[in-house]
Amino acid sequence: MSSTDISLHNDVHSGHDEHHDDHHDQSFIEKYIFSQDHKVIAKQFLFAGIFWAIIGGTLSSLFRMQLGFPEATFTFLEPLLGKWVEGGKLDPNFYLALVTMHGTIMVFFVLTAGLSGTFSNFLIPLQLGARDMASGFMNMLSFWFFFIASIIMFYSLFLETGPAAGGWTVYPPLSALPQAIPGSGAGMTLWLVSMAIFIVSQLLGGVNYITTVINLRTRGMSMAKMPLTIWAFFLTAVLGLLAFPVLFSAALLLIFDRSFGTSFFLSDIYVAGEALTHTGGSPILFQHLFWFLGHPEVYIVILPTFGIVSEVISTCARKPIFGYRAMIGSMLGIALLSFVVWAHHMFVSGMNPFLGSVFMFLTLIIAVPSAVKVFNWIATIWRGNINFTPAMLYSIAFVSLFISGGVTGIILGNSALDIQLHDTYFVVAHFHLVMGSAAFFGMFAGVYHWFPKMFGRMMDEKLGYVHFWITFICAYLIFMPMHYMGIAGFPRRYYTWTGFDTFSTFLDMNSFITIAAIVVFVGQFIFLFNFFYSIFRGRRATENPWKSNTLEWTTPVNPGHGNWPGPLPVVYRWPYDYSKPGAQEDFIPQNVPFSQTASSNLPHERDFE
Amino acid sequence: MVDNINFESSQRRVNPLKFMLWLLIVSIVMMFAAFTSAYIVRREEGNWLEFDLPSVLIINTVVLLLSSIFLHWAYVSAKRDNVGSVKVGLCLTIAAGVAFLIGQWIGWGELVDNQVFFGGHTANPSGSFLYVLTGVHAFHLITGLIFLIIVVISAFKYKVHSRNLVRIELCAIYWHFLGALWIYLYLFLTLNH
Repeated sequence: MSSTDISLHNDVHSGHDEHHDDHHDQSFIEKYIFSQDHKVIAKQFLFAGIFWAIIGGTLSSLFRMQLGFPEATFTFLEPLLGKWVEGGKLDPNFYLALVTMHGTIMVFFVLTAGLSGTFSNFLIPLQLGARDMASGFMNMLSFWFFFIASIIMFYSLFLETGPAAGGWTVYPPLSALPQAIPGSGAGMTLWLVSMAIFIVSQLLGGVNYITTVINLRTRGMSMAKMPLTIWAFFLTAVLGLLAFPVLFSAALLLIFDRSFGTSFFLSDIYVAGEALTHTGGSPILFQHLFWFLGHPEVYIVILPTFGIVSEVISTCARKPIFGYRAMIGSMLGIALLSFVVWAHHMFVSGMNPFLGSVFMFLTLIIAVPSAVKVFNWIATIWRGNINFTPAMLYSIAFVSLFISGGVTGIILGNSALDIQLHDTYFVVAHFHLVMGSAAFFGMFAGVYHWFPKMFGRMMDEKLGYVHFWITFICAYLIFMPMHYMGIAGFPRRYYTWTGFDTFSTFLDMNSFITIAAIVVFVGQFIFLFNFFYSIFRGRRATENPWKSNTLEWTTPVNPGHGNWPGPLPVVYRWPYDYSKPGAQEDFIPQNVPFSQTASSNLPHERDFE
Repeated sequence: MVDNINFESSQRRVNPLKFMLWLLIVSIVMMFAAFTSAYIVRREEGNWLEFDLPSVLIINTVVLLLSSIFLHWAYVSAKRDNVGSVKVGLCLTIAAGVAFLIGQWIGWGELVDNQVFFGGHTANPSGSFLYVLTGVHAFHLITGLIFLIIVVISAFKYKVHSRNLVRIELCAIYWHFLGALWIYLYLFLTLNH
């Protein structure tokens, strides 16, 4: 399949070589729908990601209401949800489906496709000085495969038996047996089909990102002069390329188990007193395959925001990023380690304790590169001339959330502690802070920061501040109490917990978390209003509103197809020459040659004058 | 002055399409790495049906190797602008590829005759794995055949020659990779039976 795409595209290029951009007018459909322009595709991913984030957030509000107010009746939801809230009581199966779809949507559709899809597509060609991606056609296919996957997943929400309900990790045998829960019927089938298509989309996109970074850098843009954003997107794409095919294998075997009667993951099971014909499978095998993707996946989610945050912090602190090479090195280290720690998700699945200690050891090593990054971000802010733009606030908050969530990662990485905490809200708090909230904050930072380049207008700062403080305070109000509940043994995944006296003392705390969750969800509409209003009515942006060094700010306010009207910019220096002593301004863009900055050149740079 | 800067000549050292193809090959490798490591892990757990591999597989392996040799001949001929043998070579490659697929189908038939099934209550994962490995490989081989047919069509339009090698080169890389992948799978299966 992929091979035919390549040859088709080759034909397009050999037909008319260089002058394929500006000359012919594009129809509306070519320009905005089936566009091959990386900037349009990025916006398509952004809008799709926002759509999915609203769905995912709505689902979480629903199940938080159940958890926070277990005795209440939600009759007002009946017109919307029908039989799922019969008599105002959430159906237990519906609760499981909500949690499952919340996880799936947020991890894959928002924080993988929405995040990488938006910023990798938008920034890689612009920051590298390329006209477009290596293959615009494959890039377009990547979005439309994602779109098909989205439609299938969205459709599954409206099935009579409900969407998939076996958790976003879809562990068999629960997910493999339609007899087990209603959600393992048609909903699970659609989940698998949707994810298979999603993986194809990610591979097409990732192959493009990697090829563009390796092959289409402009003159002077060596790997060691690339902005950290590009390094982050590059490594994210590499992780995706290596990890997603493994999930595809696992999904394929699960499809065979469900629909073709094989027994890869199923072994000697009785359902309702009746023995199934399956024999000889291993459910642990699925967990190994799933988490071999699943752990790199959390870095696929968080790495792009590492890059975005590094860029925003350096620009808004008006200081060179502290430890540029250490930042690259730590990202490489994290990317490498992410493939050898997957079994720390399986400490309670029954593992050889010796194997457990190996994975524990490797897991704890990840703290080292993570700490290097945190130290460097703080050192960059230290004594900087900080512009507190909304993007900067989000970036600083990202560092805060990453520390709070990361520290509990060290606790959970210890197998002895994990066995105690694994099935409690401590884990929920940990990963929501470190990869959920942190990745969302990085994404918000990116949207606020690059909005002027995307739409040629500025977002409203005051609304941005309001949005920030609501989101930041509520993020901690939601997840900090969860740590405490988790240590106290409060179990996760439970639909109702009022039947246990031990947990009834947590009623108030659960209600409190729910209220905070609903407040933060409502607060996001401030962002949505600001976003859509500013697209049409925002203050007009200048070419370089943040006085930033990277190449995307050398394009016109609304870059056209091909990005630069004239020749491509040439790169002379690294992207972090902020507040350089002796320079006339506090920033020197990458395309300024050393010959023009004689007053600020360092001794070793004089050779380049 | 500017010339003193040691620019890295980063202008398309590798053909981007070729690079993309290699990346796609990496993702296919990861997929089969997952299958074969799952095979090993599952086998270690016991309850594993032992059976003989279909005897036709060795013939199929030879046929697929032959197809790669035909394709290489076509590629070398294209380099030397020997258009006639390009066409013959490509057609022979396709014929061998189809023969391989038919051979794999016969192999599946042999398995069924030996009561080794893909699914159902008598199926054991050891048999199912064999079907999955050969089946997914066959799927990729079909995509390779589609690619070959596209190249053949352009060869008949005289578009494959020494100054237009990209297409046949990409096709050859993909096809040789599929051959190598099969040899890996065949050795893997032979050593594990």
